[in-house]
Amino acid sequence: MRIPTFLRGPFDGAGRAVALLATGVLVQCGALVVMAVPWLDGGPTKASSCLVAVVAMVAVLAAGCPLLTRMQRARFRARLGVEIPVAGRSWSWRQLGYHLAAGPLIALGGALTLLLWAASAVAATTYVWVWALPTETRLAQAGYAVQAGYLTAAGLAGLYGAAWLSRTLARLDTRAAVRRLGPSRAELLEQRVEEVTESRAGVLDAADAERRRIERDLHDGAQQRLVSMAVNLGLAKVTLTDLPEDARKVIDEAHREAKEAIAELSNLVRGLHPAVLEDRGLDAALSGIAERAPLPVGLTVDLPVRPAPAVEAVAYFVVSEALANVVKHARAGRADVRVETRGGILLVVVTDDGVGGADPTGGTGLAGLAKRVASVDGTFSISSPAGGPTIVTVELPCAP
Amino acid sequence: MRAVIAEDSVLLRIGLVKVLETAGFDVVAETGDAEAVLAAVEEHRPGLVVLDVRMPPGFTDEGVRAALVIRQQWPDTAVLLLSQYVEERYAADLLSGDTRGVGYLLKERVADVEEFIDALRRVAGGGTALDPQVVSQLLLRRHSDPLDRLTPREREVLELMASGRSNAGIAEGLFVSESAVAKHINSILAKLDLPKADADHRRVLAVLRFLGVG
Repeated sequence: MRIPTFLRGPFDGAGRAVALLATGVLVQCGALVVMAVPWLDGGPTKASSCLVAVVAMVAVLAAGCPLLTRMQRARFRARLGVEIPVAGRSWSWRQLGYHLAAGPLIALGGALTLLLWAASAVAATTYVWVWALPTETRLAQAGYAVQAGYLTAAGLAGLYGAAWLSRTLARLDTRAAVRRLGPSRAELLEQRVEEVTESRAGVLDAADAERRRIERDLHDGAQQRLVSMAVNLGLAKVTLTDLPEDARKVIDEAHREAKEAIAELSNLVRGLHPAVLEDRGLDAALSGIAERAPLPVGLTVDLPVRPAPAVEAVAYFVVSEALANVVKHARAGRADVRVETRGGILLVVVTDDGVGGADPTGGTGLAGLAKRVASVDGTFSISSPAGGPTIVTVELPCAP
Repeated sequence: MRAVIAEDSVLLRIGLVKVLETAGFDVVAETGDAEAVLAAVEEHRPGLVVLDVRMPPGFTDEGVRAALVIRQQWPDTAVLLLSQYVEERYAADLLSGDTRGVGYLLKERVADVEEFIDALRRVAGGGTALDPQVVSQLLLRRHSDPLDRLTPREREVLELMASGRSNAGIAEGLFVSESAVAKHINSILAKLDLPKADADHRRVLAVLRFLGVG
């Protein structure tokens, strides 16, 4: 026989809720016995010794707090399959609050609910009990059938009520346990920040590795082929001197194009993650950038030890972008680049004597720079009054 | 003249062989790593070795180290290093002794076949061939002092002079007369307090000393 949903619904999951409440009651009874120790010998009589007893009780509970927390966590896992996240500390006032207040209160509610279940079950089955009575007794009580009907109805209502109560209490218990026994909001946030920091570092590393891979692929692949082609064309130019003028022109043109393609590809690769940076560090890589800049660039690099690859890459990018901006916008006569470490900070300063007025929110270049710097928790600042000079200062945290 | 080539990229190696043969060298051995090149030099005693800086097994500076061994053990063998990028340290290591028969060029210069052949012949003939970029990076390091007294033209001449060009080579590169170049050079040597020297390589040595290399 199928029981309609509206009749059956309230009992769905009630079994597990009851099991949770019952085990809760058991755990609290255990705790109660432990707490009752100071009162075993008739209990303290004076107020002062009462206080001592209360303090001792709380102390016992506090000492047992990690154990109790473990038990409660096991209870929720076994009965409901709910995993309560592990808090950062094994002891806290919040956890104690659960064991002293929320836990016992809910256990009390749970005990009453269990009683309601029992009483309602007995009431709902009144007819069964009635039929078990001797016939004379039944006959002596006129109208027993009607009263038994009331009792049965009340019992059934009690069963529904108990089911609802069980589930509500179980829900309350779960919520209280998660809130009090699990990590606090601050701990959760801390954990989250840690995770995010870690995953961001991972993403950065992956991006760096990817850039390096592309650099290597381009270098080993396309660039070698282009160089080889340019060499062949150059050889043709040198050796095939008796070709008609037109043919030599074509070869000449192709040779020039190939060399330009090599130069473009080299520039592209340098923008990604130059091999010199990986092999030889910032000093060598930056002197390459400074040398290629179309204006005089003073370069001072003072690094006793090499920073982490991600930091090196960002510092390189900063100088490269900043100098590109100087060339594009500043109309400067010269620029100066200074890179040094100051107590766990890698300081990069790019100065130019140009017209100033650079707006960090205006172009994509400076905004991209700031973003790249922020990705390693660095700070970016620019001072560029109209008329110059422009000073870009970047501080990157690096382990000393 | 016999030549040995050590370059791990096969394509570039084939190109190098062709260029060297065009330039009149007899390529007696070509290898892809630094160990094998030493064995090849031992066996063939070439007049010129062309080496890539970055080679197996470590892909760092095997070529530079092999070059230093060659310079030490067979001083008469000219060495030309090819590098993917300019690292002044390599140049400094290579030039720290005698600058005769030494070259340090960027790989992409190979594509400028005519100029590369010039550099090859210069190095094989006991001269010096430094990449212009090496020289300008070295100049960059010295951002105070007497260099500021040089005119832009004199700086250009200094860069070419340091890279190993002869007066005629400099004149050709700057489209000026040889006597003008000689005048510039005298002025430069005076401003930088460098001794006058007739031989190109000794002049290079003086300039490099001045730049803090060697």
